[in-house]
Amino acid sequence: MLFFSEKAGLRRRQRAVLPGRAGLSLPLCFALLCFTAVLAAAQSPDEEKPVPILTGSAGTFSFVTAGQQQLNAQINPVLLLPLGDHWLVESRAEFQGAFQRPPTGGPYAGPVGKNLDYLEADYIANPYLTVTMGRFLTPFGIFNERLYPIWIRSLQQDPLILPLSSESSDGMMLRGGFPASPQADLTYAVYVSAISTSHNNLQSQRNVGGRMSFFLPGPRIEIGASWQKLLQDTRTNAFGFHFAWLSSRLPLNVHSEYARSNQGSGYWIDGAYRLSQLHFWQKAMRRTEIAGRAEQFFSGSITPDEALALGLSPANTREGEFGLNYYLQDGLKVVGSYGRQFSSAGNQNLWSLGIAYRFLMPLGRVGAQ
Amino acid sequence: MKTRIAILICALVLGLLLYVSLAHAEGPSARKDATAAPVVAHSHDADTMRVQGEQRYRANCGRCHAAPQKFPPRMMATVLRHMRVRATITDEDMRLVLFYMSQ
Repeated sequence: MLFFSEKAGLRRRQRAVLPGRAGLSLPLCFALLCFTAVLAAAQSPDEEKPVPILTGSAGTFSFVTAGQQQLNAQINPVLLLPLGDHWLVESRAEFQGAFQRPPTGGPYAGPVGKNLDYLEADYIANPYLTVTMGRFLTPFGIFNERLYPIWIRSLQQDPLILPLSSESSDGMMLRGGFPASPQADLTYAVYVSAISTSHNNLQSQRNVGGRMSFFLPGPRIEIGASWQKLLQDTRTNAFGFHFAWLSSRLPLNVHSEYARSNQGSGYWIDGAYRLSQLHFWQKAMRRTEIAGRAEQFFSGSITPDEALALGLSPANTREGEFGLNYYLQDGLKVVGSYGRQFSSAGNQNLWSLGIAYRFLMPLGRVGAQ
Repeated sequence: MKTRIAILICALVLGLLLYVSLAHAEGPSARKDATAAPVVAHSHDADTMRVQGEQRYRANCGRCHAAPQKFPPRMMATVLRHMRVRATITDEDMRLVLFYMSQ
């Protein structure tokens, strides 16, 4: 479950602590998967075969919202285990701590959340179809599946509309992509989530949905639409649209999403621009990126308390945010941002400063590069 | 009850897919990796594919994140199999990018 901390204003996915034995089960499962991957790699000496990989991201951030500081540290390991020529088992876990001083003073304290984002088996049936089974990221829009990792996102706050669709689903998914014409690729994903659970680190809902998008390789534009129907409780529908553009003339990347459900609606649009075209301090400018995001959220037909429990803003909200990212090396960047949020519940400033790192290591012999 | 039926159906589908994949693996095309880079006979073709691969690499990878450095071929094969699922990259794009990244 997501939560929107009104006081701290921090919009990051966090879960409750699992005490004792239950809290240890997730790291143990992940370690077991890694061990299996190492064994699999040892049995595959072929120099062209894909090798199991342990990758992921780690980072630490300081968020200051309306004058209140919160320290956030997280590590998100991703295990990729290719089996044979057509299978891939992949998993991502999330370990995240959010610490802040209590209003009465004292040392920093807060919850440490553990979550299994996905654990799925992918079968590449043919060039047009991949079958995914297990727990997978819900393909609704583009942020949840593709832009969520801290080393990818240009601004560290989650968009306001992210909680409008479920984060992970447990069931089966069919997906693929193919050239629909010489100028356009068509991609699709349809899924059924069959399990509804409120377990602390395995939350999901019964739902069905799909996403379809067109990618135009020439202008590097992607346009798509998503739909999701809840198969429990209110049985409501959610739908959304997304847009992505990578300029071929400028080092500019633009993403945008719109989503609507009974819980609310809204949009965000962000852009990231590398300063590599500037003619001064070129060594530093090539590594520097400026980013900006504008977003708006409109409350739906749920109460403010329900919205907070879902991780949504309790009132209509507008926000603008600007950031500066500096890439120290491939996969390692220092990030900083400032934003201003306007809401009927109160306006506030949002500051963030931190460092994000993407690691990647083989779990077997890789041969010469 | 419905959940149990859904789990049973998923298990049956998984078993069926396992059977199909094992049967497929015993066939004459068993050695053809679903994520293998294409074999190119002529250097002209290789140059063309390298150029196309670089274009697809920049268009597909750069849409979400900064283009990463090159890794050894065995690692690239795994990364691209992952990205094929995560970013729904087409089969043709994946093979061209793998060819480019393996050079």
